[in-house]
Amino acid sequence: MSNRRNFIKAAVLAAALSSIGMAAHAADTIKVGVLHSLSGTMAISETALKETVLMTIEEINKAGGVMGKKLEPVVVDPASNWPLFAEKARQLLTKDKVAVTFGCWTSVSRKSVLPVYKELNGLLFYPVQYEGEELEKNVFYTGAAPNQQAIPAVEYLMSKDGGEAKRFVLLGTDYVYPRTTNKILRAFLKSKGVADADIMEDYTPFGHSDYQTIIAKIKKFASEGKKTAVVSTINGDSNVPFYKELGNAGLKATDVPVVAFSVGEEELRGVDTKPLVGHLASWNYFMSLKNPENDKFVKMYRDWAKKVKLPNADKVVTNDPMEATYIGIHMWKQAVEKAKSTDTDKVIAAMAGQTFKAPSGIVSKMDEKNHHLHKSVFIGEIKADGQFNVVWKTPGPIRAQPWSPFIAGNDKKKDEPEVK
Amino acid sequence: MKKTLITLLLCLGSLSAHAALDPAQVRQLAAEDSSDKVAAIRQLTQTADPDAVRVLKAMAEDSLFLAGDQVVIIEGDKAFDGATGAALKMPANPESPTVNNRIRGELASALAALRLFDADASVRLASAQKLQSRVTPEMAPLLARALEKETDAQIRALLALAHAQANLADSDPAARLAAVKALAETSSPAIKSVLLPLTEKTAEPDDKVRHEAIAAVKAINSRLTIAENVGRAFSGLSLGSILLLGALGLAITYGVMGIINMAHGELLMVGAYATYGVQMLFRAYFPNAIDWYLPAAIPVAFFVAALVGVLMERTVIRWLYGRTLETLLATWGLSLVLIQSARVLFGAQNVEVSNPSWMSGGIEVMPNLILPWNRIIIVGFAMFVLFLVWVLMNKTRLGMFIRAVTQNRPMAGCVGVPTSRIDTMAFALGAGIAGLGGVALSQIANVGPDMGQGYIVDSFMVVVVGGVGQLAGAVWAALGLGIFSKLLEGWAGAVIAKISILVCIIIFIQKRPQGIFALKGRFVE
Repeated sequence: MSNRRNFIKAAVLAAALSSIGMAAHAADTIKVGVLHSLSGTMAISETALKETVLMTIEEINKAGGVMGKKLEPVVVDPASNWPLFAEKARQLLTKDKVAVTFGCWTSVSRKSVLPVYKELNGLLFYPVQYEGEELEKNVFYTGAAPNQQAIPAVEYLMSKDGGEAKRFVLLGTDYVYPRTTNKILRAFLKSKGVADADIMEDYTPFGHSDYQTIIAKIKKFASEGKKTAVVSTINGDSNVPFYKELGNAGLKATDVPVVAFSVGEEELRGVDTKPLVGHLASWNYFMSLKNPENDKFVKMYRDWAKKVKLPNADKVVTNDPMEATYIGIHMWKQAVEKAKSTDTDKVIAAMAGQTFKAPSGIVSKMDEKNHHLHKSVFIGEIKADGQFNVVWKTPGPIRAQPWSPFIAGNDKKKDEPEVK
Repeated sequence: MKKTLITLLLCLGSLSAHAALDPAQVRQLAAEDSSDKVAAIRQLTQTADPDAVRVLKAMAEDSLFLAGDQVVIIEGDKAFDGATGAALKMPANPESPTVNNRIRGELASALAALRLFDADASVRLASAQKLQSRVTPEMAPLLARALEKETDAQIRALLALAHAQANLADSDPAARLAAVKALAETSSPAIKSVLLPLTEKTAEPDDKVRHEAIAAVKAINSRLTIAENVGRAFSGLSLGSILLLGALGLAITYGVMGIINMAHGELLMVGAYATYGVQMLFRAYFPNAIDWYLPAAIPVAFFVAALVGVLMERTVIRWLYGRTLETLLATWGLSLVLIQSARVLFGAQNVEVSNPSWMSGGIEVMPNLILPWNRIIIVGFAMFVLFLVWVLMNKTRLGMFIRAVTQNRPMAGCVGVPTSRIDTMAFALGAGIAGLGGVALSQIANVGPDMGQGYIVDSFMVVVVGGVGQLAGAVWAALGLGIFSKLLEGWAGAVIAKISILVCIIIFIQKRPQGIFALKGRFVE
């Protein structure tokens, strides 16, 4: 009897002790959520972002952490499954009580977690270029809005150097980002005098791997007498078979250039890029940019890859969403230090106007109002080694327009999140 | 621009005496503005100087640099002066001029035009072919000179075509008419786009030329349509062969043995990962023979997948013969086990399986139809596997036993066939063939732990439509579904095509549950 009583006492004591221990432990660290797909069709793009978050957290911790506390990453895998994103986000906010989350790639995943962040007043940093048409108090968008990526790219294609394209193929994966971007682009092209007959729009499902028909259609469309260009918003691992087919079918960049918005150095790693030389991508950062900030960033990631033994660690690359992730974490750190708190509302207020020396070579600034970064736009051509050769860039950073002026009714929307 | 052209044309006669290039022109190659670069390239082309070939080639190969105010060519650790070709000291920090698509296209046509004067006939032939899609009106005099000098009949014909294109902008309607007539004989989309503007009244004032151009476009169009249809049929055939490779193993395990194997897709995955493993092995130990890893992967994938099949059959499936529902659930569980094991062993990300060099690129059948090598090889491979399976099932003792056991198990047992061992062998065979399918898939699709999930539905579709119990049915169903879905895709897009195919199959199965081919004769159920 007493034996049992002793046991219970001991157990209670142990539990109490351990909870004190945990509380003490929790006070030492700030938890940071990492919400990127590590399996499924989006893993090709998102895994590198998880590595970037972990690398940056280690960098910050080595330099003394945030307000004297170490950051503690909580990594979850939503597996390219959109409803699972919402579940994992809820878990991060309610169970792990993270101060901030860095995550999502596809817009469908962002839309899926949005209600969770609004309901629980969480903080999400979204590092990927997207279609705009959204401005939420709980989200900071460190990737490009359409006027910081898509519109300049199409303007370039229409310029003399871009080949003076008169016909456009808008090709994408079938979900919200490509559909909305193409809607904006169609309106933009119309405003430039391109007729509907000169625009072809086509979509493929996620994970599509047979691009024979699409390439044949592009070839036919391109033979109608005017210079044709392809604008690709294909996302995820479908890009590998798409570019393989493009190379094998002999569609050269000098004849029909393809400009991609979701293909960077990382996605091209599994592809033989020699037949793809000259095809384009539009981003706000390229690994091949030459400046001290970027040299440091690239070296840091290479060392990190070796340290954690990533597959093919000697050949790792950096890309635009990785840079956006890196900027996002540092800006969040600065905002927390300015607000002297990790409280969501205080951090949001402190984020406005934060600046950071970005690897893209500019001083990146978070807009005072609209939760988007000011960004320079670069257009790069694929080189034989899978890197990009910058052939055009904006003179300086551009302010984001999340509400594209090319969609009717957007002129009435306010350029800052609604506060309820 | 026009003035410089005229002066250049005037100098054309004395060009052969020129030794070095005009340094100002060479300097202009590295100008800031692309239009200046294009002008310099065009002017250098007009000189038809071997030195110009050298400089432009260097620019096309990214070995042209700007050091201070001098254009230099850097090859390895040697530097040469751009204009004279004299060896130089290595410059301190050379900058490379931006070469974009526009410049690259311009360089390609300039080099092709310049190589028309090469001494080697095969070089001339290659450049005459290359030129066809990139003729500019400025090239007319150059082409005329090349045409004059040319003796080879085939090259002459090509040059005449190029010359005709350059003359399309000629002010003399007779010259334009002759050009259009010459171009009507071709079947390339590039030439069609050249001719299209001439079919409009605003661009072409002369009626005769316009009518000729309309007729020419029509003639080219009809030839293009043929190529398009051939291309469509080929992509259908290619998809069909992939479906067949996916479904052939299932046609044995499900069609012949009656096991609903939900883990079939994962056997494809095992084959694909085996290919990846062989590739890594070759990379590590035989880097010189890396191009031949694929043939070596074929037997490896077969035996690895067959081994997994044997394990599955011996441990799980053999206890469940005749209990369809339980088999279905058990194999589905097995499929999850296999997916998770792949995640643990190789990571959740896709692994990279590269095409051997002999499988990239394609064969140009017609100017607008290139059949990719990887697809051709996979069609051939599917036929080879099909032939092997046919021989095995119909010409060998093992095949006879398998057929005997599946048709009448007790009777086969009575005459001395070891039925239980035959079951294992047949299942291993089906699994091994799925492994072969995995080898083919690794070349065109992404290799990841859940790649099999995408193929299981397609494979069942093929077997059910073809008729359970028949290999021939699977062949026809695979080809039919492949071509049908490619036709639909061309017409309605990939998303709608996928939906309509499934709807069509549901209707088909309602009307004809036994599939295309039904087994006839007396069978013991």
